[in-house]
Amino acid sequence: MKFAVIRFPGSNCDQDCLRALQTFEGASADYVWHKDSSLAGFDVVVVPGGFSYGDYLRCGAIARFSPIMAAVKKFAAEGGPVIGICNGFQILCESHLLPGALVRNRDLHFICEHVHLRVENASTRFTRTLSQGDVLRIPIAHGEGCYFADDATIEKLEAENRVLVRYCNARGEVTPEANPNGSRNNIAGICNEAGNVFGLMPHPERACDALLGSTDGRAIFQSLLSV
Amino acid sequence: MKAIVTVMPKPSVLDPQGAATAEAMKHLGLESVGRVRVGKSIEIEFPSAPDEAKLHEIARDLLSNPVIEDYSIQIL
Amino acid sequence: MSDPAITPELIAKHGITPEEYERILAILGREPNFTELGVFSVMWSEHCSYKNSRPELKKFPTTGEKVLVKAGEENAGVIDIGGGWAVAFKMESHNHPSAIEPFQGAATGVGGIIRDIFTMGARPVFSLNSLRFGPIEGDTPEARTNRRLFAGVVSGISHYGNCIGIPTIGGEVYFDESYSGNPLVNVFCLGVLRHDQIARGGAVGVGNPVFYVGAETGRDGLAGAAFASRDLTEESKEDRPAVQVGDPFREKLLLEACLELLASGCVAGIQDMGAAGLTCSTCETASRGGTGVEIDLALVPKRETGMTPYEILLSESQERMLVIVKKGQESKVKEIFEKWDLPYAQIGEVKDDGFMRVKNNGVTVVEIPARALADEAPVYHREYAEKKTPEPLDLSSLAPVYVPAALPRLLADPSIASKRWVWRQYDHMVRLGATVLPGSDAAVFVVREANRILAATSDCNAIYCKQDPREGARIAVAEAARNLACSGAVPLAVTDNLNFGNPHNPENFLQLREAVEGMAEACREFSTPVTGGNVSLYNQNPAGAIDPTPTVGMVGLIEDPAHVTTQAFKQAGDTILLLGELGDELGASHFLKVLHGRKAGAPPKLDYAREKALHEGLRAAIRAGLIASAHDCSEGGLGVALAECCLSAEPQLGADIDFGTTGLSPEVLLFNESQSRVVVSVKAENVGAARTLIEKHGVPVRVLGTVTAGPGFIVKADGTTFEWDIPTLHDAWANTIGNLMA
Repeated sequence: MKFAVIRFPGSNCDQDCLRALQTFEGASADYVWHKDSSLAGFDVVVVPGGFSYGDYLRCGAIARFSPIMAAVKKFAAEGGPVIGICNGFQILCESHLLPGALVRNRDLHFICEHVHLRVENASTRFTRTLSQGDVLRIPIAHGEGCYFADDATIEKLEAENRVLVRYCNARGEVTPEANPNGSRNNIAGICNEAGNVFGLMPHPERACDALLGSTDGRAIFQSLLSV
Repeated sequence: MKAIVTVMPKPSVLDPQGAATAEAMKHLGLESVGRVRVGKSIEIEFPSAPDEAKLHEIARDLLSNPVIEDYSIQIL
Repeated sequence: MSDPAITPELIAKHGITPEEYERILAILGREPNFTELGVFSVMWSEHCSYKNSRPELKKFPTTGEKVLVKAGEENAGVIDIGGGWAVAFKMESHNHPSAIEPFQGAATGVGGIIRDIFTMGARPVFSLNSLRFGPIEGDTPEARTNRRLFAGVVSGISHYGNCIGIPTIGGEVYFDESYSGNPLVNVFCLGVLRHDQIARGGAVGVGNPVFYVGAETGRDGLAGAAFASRDLTEESKEDRPAVQVGDPFREKLLLEACLELLASGCVAGIQDMGAAGLTCSTCETASRGGTGVEIDLALVPKRETGMTPYEILLSESQERMLVIVKKGQESKVKEIFEKWDLPYAQIGEVKDDGFMRVKNNGVTVVEIPARALADEAPVYHREYAEKKTPEPLDLSSLAPVYVPAALPRLLADPSIASKRWVWRQYDHMVRLGATVLPGSDAAVFVVREANRILAATSDCNAIYCKQDPREGARIAVAEAARNLACSGAVPLAVTDNLNFGNPHNPENFLQLREAVEGMAEACREFSTPVTGGNVSLYNQNPAGAIDPTPTVGMVGLIEDPAHVTTQAFKQAGDTILLLGELGDELGASHFLKVLHGRKAGAPPKLDYAREKALHEGLRAAIRAGLIASAHDCSEGGLGVALAECCLSAEPQLGADIDFGTTGLSPEVLLFNESQSRVVVSVKAENVGAARTLIEKHGVPVRVLGTVTAGPGFIVKADGTTFEWDIPTLHDAWANTIGNLMA
């Protein structure tokens, strides 16, 4: 299975994503430059983290208009799986591939630390090797990761089981204290209606190697690989 | 000519920056301060009158995010 | 617009002495014009020329079997790490800019050091920083200012490092009144490269085109190098234009473009535009290449209109590079710059006449022999005061201290307390390398490109250096090496950042001299050559000079992932051992500072043989798989070290300690800072083997007690029992800084 890792000017988790993906059997990965306009030959699109276009104006706002994003939209419309991590999640929201927006963290600081995530829906192509209620330990690293959407959108997301992961404590309890950034309903990651576009603020690629303290992120990539 | 696009967080959106700024103002002795909202102002220079419809489109799609922000345009 | 006439006042305003001006006349054989005077003034500032410190810096050892590029030869030294791979690393200060505008000052400091590293052809892989601020406790205007500076510097480092995607994996933060109004911001960056990728900063190949690439030149940061070479005064706040604004996004593009460019083989020489901008990069590349460089300012991309040659040459706009391209390769180079959307221009070419010649629209505005300008700045052998030995400490003069309250006081002292509030704001995990997260003795990082594990630390105890700069500097090196040993690493090399007061004051110059000699000696002892560094003088506030702060950045190699060791206790039931003596030296300790408000007495004495034996013994036990955790005793002594081992465990652990009969008072026992001591924990079944192996290296080993599940931290000594509650200690240690900054 071939992964496209999109590189915007200012992407900085592109190399990490590629490196992490290369550790999976059956996966190959290559960069796709933001000025390109084709995703031919790729099976999965990864929109990696970083500060695309310096995050000037708003996180992800300028990346939305780059040539490759038209191709990503087309790829998603045809049912191809797209995963946006951190800045990639912000870009997917700005591009309207996912609803809502990511705004500044509640305490205004950038936060880099391991958090716990509860798997809320294990029946998607991004979570199918997991079980509902599983608790993952995966790092976050963002200044603007507070998920916001209006009440109607939140209700719809919840009703359609589209919140895939939620911030929780080590025991799997979804509490206000376990919410690092003020996200509504402790939302850490959501998918689109069709279930083929997934955005999340935590970095699964940083939790794929025991040397780095956690391998819990592997399940997400493994899910994509287990057809 | 100049257009000034003002982008402000929607009233319903949490604005921690505004809240922190209000607190700081109180600390500096402006006790009567009410709600503070922090937005941004974008100054655009034009050699002649701009295409206003296009400008609105850009203000809506690029300069602001309608999910969290409102914009207004002032042409000087 | 005509240039001002060269008057003695104008010369003095440029910080050029009458003697220096005579020298300029001799070099040129004529009077300099206004622009040339500006050029000399920045190039001959302390920041660029090291004119006051150079004779001292020559005392450092700079060679070793692993040294591929020596200190001073290029932007940063390069050290072999095996397998055809090497690392380039360096530390640099941005103290003065950070005092005026902490966010941008710190951010551009990070940007500058990162440029120094990728200029060498290395991919920057991590950063550290060593920060010093005035006290942040209380509601005085000074404390508020110090908090503002602290918060601004941390968020500036966070902004720049996070955005460019280079992890900030550790460092140190201290608070002391001597830094009030003059914070220290020392930033360290390390990059990795293959031996054959080392890039040089020489303008070689007569006829080769000279390219400018990166941000457009503006009026920001005019003559910052000269600014950094003066005392900070109340009026410095008026000098705001001296502060540059950083653009990490632009730098990220520049970084990727330069690495791609260097890999393409089109580059003959490359140099970043840091302090003294276009001036410094032009004359230094010419001087290094033994050539001349001619540029035309009309071709330089500019952000503002109406800039004079003086302003363009002295601008310190950030994120710019000078690239000497191999003739005939111009189109390939342009293609790469265009790919990365970077402004660029061909602004001149390499000449054979040894001159730095600057034209403006074809009219020559500067013509100075490059070597004389870059490398023949005056050198001063400053006067230094006579050495005094610190007054011995009279323990009986100290008021009695209630020991049960002393430990939480020390743990809550911002210099000792957990710095989680700081490093949580740094993306320390990008690049998939942070194996040991910030907060342990040394940061440990897997360099994926080279498949090597590096450990890095920065250290300096400025109280020791104030009391005895020579001993303090020796200890800074020893502590860095000890921190690396605790992490399982063998030290490779050192970079330094020498922060001192105005060198014209003989007391300050004595401190510099003593510290350099102490550091040089210790570097020889630990076989860690100095790969380069930075000197920051004129660190003064109206109350006087800062405490001398010669910061040591040390990098080491860990041979096997299994050797990676951290400070936190691992599990209840493990045995706690002290490697080294109980110690009894309370002079210059944190205990004296925090509990008695005094910086007094002589610092502890360092014994090289004992220290080196400790490192060898500890590393042997780590390699044998016998050590569960290791933590060195530094500020706050054994009491603080043991508590930190409990508090940094997740979940927190407790300890039962029994010292037996020591004959020491509890405060001396718990808080003395004698050197060459490490606390380790080992599995109960490994105690015998660890003890035998470590004692074989001549290191005393003493069983102190057992790791427990908590919640008590219990210490028995000489018939007295002290009992602390771990959650209470944790609150003091973990939350102090966050609460102060809320």
